[in-house]
Amino acid sequence: MAALHDAHAAHGHDSALHHQFEDIEQQNESYVVGMWAFLVTEVMFFGALFLAYTLYRWAYQTDFFYAAAELDRTLGAVNTTILLISSFTMVLAVHFAQLKNKKAVLINLALTVGAAVAFLGVKSVEYKAKFAHHLYPGPNFEWHGEGNPNVIQLFYSLYFVMTGLHAIHIIIGIIAIGCLAYLHFREAPSVKDDFVPTEMVGLYWHFVDLVWIFLFPLYYLIPSLSRGGH
Amino acid sequence: MSASLSPNGQAHHEEPNYLNVTHTLKSWLLTGDHKRIAILYLISISVFFFLGSTAAGLVRLELTSPTGWLMENDTYNKAFTAHGVIMIFFFLIPSIPAVFGNFLLPIMIGARDLAFPRLNLLSWYLYMIGGTLALIGILGGGVDTGWTFYTPYSSLYSNSQVTITILGAFIAGFSSIATGINFIVTIHKMRAPGMTWFRLPLFVWAHYATSLIIILGTPVIAITLLLVIAERVFRLGVFSPELGGDPVLFQHLFWFYSHPAVYIMILPAMGVISEIMAAFCRKRVFGYSFVAFSSLAIAGLSFFVWGHHMFVTSQSMYQGFFFSLVSFLVAVPSAVKVFNWTATIYKGRVYLDTPMIYALGFIGLFTIGGLTGLYLATLGTDVHLTASYFVVAHFHYVMVGGAILGFLGALHFWWPKMFGRMYPQGWGKFNAMLVFAGFNITFLPQFVLGFNGMPRRYHYYYLYPEFQVYHILSTAGASILAVSFLIPAVYLTWSLIKGPRASANPWGAHGLEWEVASPPITTNFVTTPIVRDEVYAYDEVDEYEQVQGTEEIVHPTRTEDKH
Repeated sequence: MAALHDAHAAHGHDSALHHQFEDIEQQNESYVVGMWAFLVTEVMFFGALFLAYTLYRWAYQTDFFYAAAELDRTLGAVNTTILLISSFTMVLAVHFAQLKNKKAVLINLALTVGAAVAFLGVKSVEYKAKFAHHLYPGPNFEWHGEGNPNVIQLFYSLYFVMTGLHAIHIIIGIIAIGCLAYLHFREAPSVKDDFVPTEMVGLYWHFVDLVWIFLFPLYYLIPSLSRGGH
Repeated sequence: MSASLSPNGQAHHEEPNYLNVTHTLKSWLLTGDHKRIAILYLISISVFFFLGSTAAGLVRLELTSPTGWLMENDTYNKAFTAHGVIMIFFFLIPSIPAVFGNFLLPIMIGARDLAFPRLNLLSWYLYMIGGTLALIGILGGGVDTGWTFYTPYSSLYSNSQVTITILGAFIAGFSSIATGINFIVTIHKMRAPGMTWFRLPLFVWAHYATSLIIILGTPVIAITLLLVIAERVFRLGVFSPELGGDPVLFQHLFWFYSHPAVYIMILPAMGVISEIMAAFCRKRVFGYSFVAFSSLAIAGLSFFVWGHHMFVTSQSMYQGFFFSLVSFLVAVPSAVKVFNWTATIYKGRVYLDTPMIYALGFIGLFTIGGLTGLYLATLGTDVHLTASYFVVAHFHYVMVGGAILGFLGALHFWWPKMFGRMYPQGWGKFNAMLVFAGFNITFLPQFVLGFNGMPRRYHYYYLYPEFQVYHILSTAGASILAVSFLIPAVYLTWSLIKGPRASANPWGAHGLEWEVASPPITTNFVTTPIVRDEVYAYDEVDEYEQVQGTEEIVHPTRTEDKH
C-alpha cells in the first residue's frame, strides 16, 4: 500500500508527476530517453531521403549542378539565418523556463514561432517561383536550360519531397511550440514546475533546424565542376 | 497475498481488477491502462487474422486445380496481396508486442504502466485507422501489387487501390514506432528496485531487441511508402526509371525495413518460448545471458542482410557475397537460442501442458524454417529457388510455424493471467498437436513444389499437372489449420464465461507477473515490488501455488518429485 499512498501524496505536492512514475526524476529521464528515441526515428526517416539524394547526385553530377542553379541562394541563406536565430530563441526559452521567468519564456517562444512562420513565408515565395517557371515534376514540367530534362525533373522531385517534408516538420513545430506557450500562459504545473517538457520541444526544434542545415548546402550550394570546385 | 487486498478498501463481491473496475465503453476506448490496450489489440488483431486467413483460404482453394477454377488472374493477384498485406502489417508485426508485450512488459519489470500510456493508446488508434484504410483499399477494389509494392508497377502502372492501402500501411507504421519508443523507455527507466538488466526475463530482452529494430527500421519503410504515394498522386518520381530514377532503390529501402521486420515478428515469439521453456521445465533457461545477447545480435545483424532478397536484381555480385555471408551469420544467434532451449529441457522437470506443446512445436518448425533459409542465403542455390514455392514454404515455417505458434503459446500461457479463467486442458493439448500436424501438411509439400519449379504468385500450372497432388495436399493441410484456429476461438471464449477461476500462479511459474492477482488490478501491484531473487529462480521443490480464492499457499509436488 505504501507506494500507492506515496504516489497519491506525490500528486498532492507535485501535480506535474504522472501516476505511472515513482518520482519526478524518473519521469524526466523517461521524457529524455523517449525524445531521443523519437529523434532516432526522425534521423532514419530523413536518412532514406538523404541516401536517395546521394545516389542520384553521384550518378548525375552535372545535371544536378544545372538544376540547382535555378534555386535562389539568397532566399536559402536568409532562411538558414532565420532558423538559426529561432534555435537561439528556443534555447533562451528553455533557459528562462529553468529560471521560471514566465514573461521571458513567452516572449522567446513567440519569437521562435515568428521565425518559423517567416521561414515558411520565404519558402512559399520560393515554391511559387518554381511553379511559375513550371519547375514542378509531372506532365507540365518544362526545362529549357542545359542538362537532361528528365534528370532535372528527378532533382526537383527530390527537392520538393525533402523540403516539403521539412516544411511539414516546421508546421508541426509551430503547433507544438504554440501548445507549449499556451501551457506556460495558463501556468500549467506540467510546464511551470518542470522545465523538461520545454526542453523536449526545444530538442525537436533543434532537430528540425539541423535538417535544414543539411538541406541548404546540398541543394543550394552545389558548386560548378567547371570552376574546379567539388 | 497482498495483491488480493482491495487498494481503496471498498467492499466488492468480486475482487476489483483491471477488467471490472469500470464497465463503460468510454472507459475502454479512452483507457491509459496498458492491460486494457492489450485487450483492445487482441480483439482487433484477431479480426485481421480472420480476414487474412480467409484470403489465404481463397488462394489455397484456387490452387487445387492446375487451370484455376475460382478466380481470374487479377482476382488471384488481389487475393494473395490481401493475404500478405493483412497478415504482415496488421497481424504479425503488432501481434505479440502489442498484445503480450503491452500486457506483460510493465508487470514483468515491476512497473505500474508503460512510460507513456497516452502514446500507447494513440498507437492503437493509429493501428485502427491504418487497418481501416487498408481494408477499404483491399475490399473496395483490391490491390494487385503483392504485399511488397514493388515499383514501378505500384507507382505507375497498377490500376488497383494502391494509394489508400499504402497509406494504411504507412499510418500503421507510426503505431509500431509509438510502441517501440514506449517499450525502450519503459525498459530503461521503469524497472522496479532490484530489477537489474540481468534479472530481466528473456521476454523483456526480446522485446527490447524488437523495439530497437522498430525504431531504426520502420521510419525507412514509412518514407519509402510515402515516396510511392507521392509518385502516384503528385508524379514526384524518385523511383521512376524514365526520369533516370532507380526502381531497385525502392527494393533496397523496402527490404532495409522488411527484412528486419521478419525479426520484429520472430524475436518476441522467441521471448515467449524462453518464458514457456523455463516455466514448464522448472529450470532457469540454459545460458541466460547468451540467449539475451543473441536477441541483440539478431537485431544488429538484421540491418545488414536485406540484399539477400535481391540476389537476382541489378545489385553487384560483391554486394551479393556480403549479404550472403552476413545472412549465414544470422544462423549463429538463432542456433544459440535453439540449442539453449534444448539444453534447458535436459534434467528439467518437464510438464507437457498446452503452452509447452506449442513451444516444442515452435522449436521444431523454427529450426526447419531457419535451416531452409540457408539454401536461400546461398548465392548459387538461390538463383534456382528464388521466387518459388520453396521461398513461400521457408518463410511460412518461420512466420506461421514460428511467430503464430509463439503467439498461440503465449495466448495459452498467459490467458489465465489476462482473464483469470482456465481453459480446458484436454482441448488445448489436442489443438496444439492439431496445429502442428495441419501446419506441416500445408507447408512441407510446398518445399517439394518449389524445388521442382513451381513459382510463387502463379495460379496456373497446367504444363506441370504433376504438381496438383502437392497442391491438394497443401490445401487439405490448410483446412486442418483453419479448424485448429477456430477450436481455440471456441474454447477460449467458453472459458471466459464458464471456465474455472485461475489462481495467481496456475502453472507454478516464477516471475513478477505470477505474483500479482489473476487478473491483475489496474496498478498491477499494490506496492511497488522490490526484486530480491534472480530471474527463473526455480526451487528444488515446485514453486508455490495459491489456492484459488484463499490466502493458502500450497506446494504442488508431484509423486515423481518426492524423494
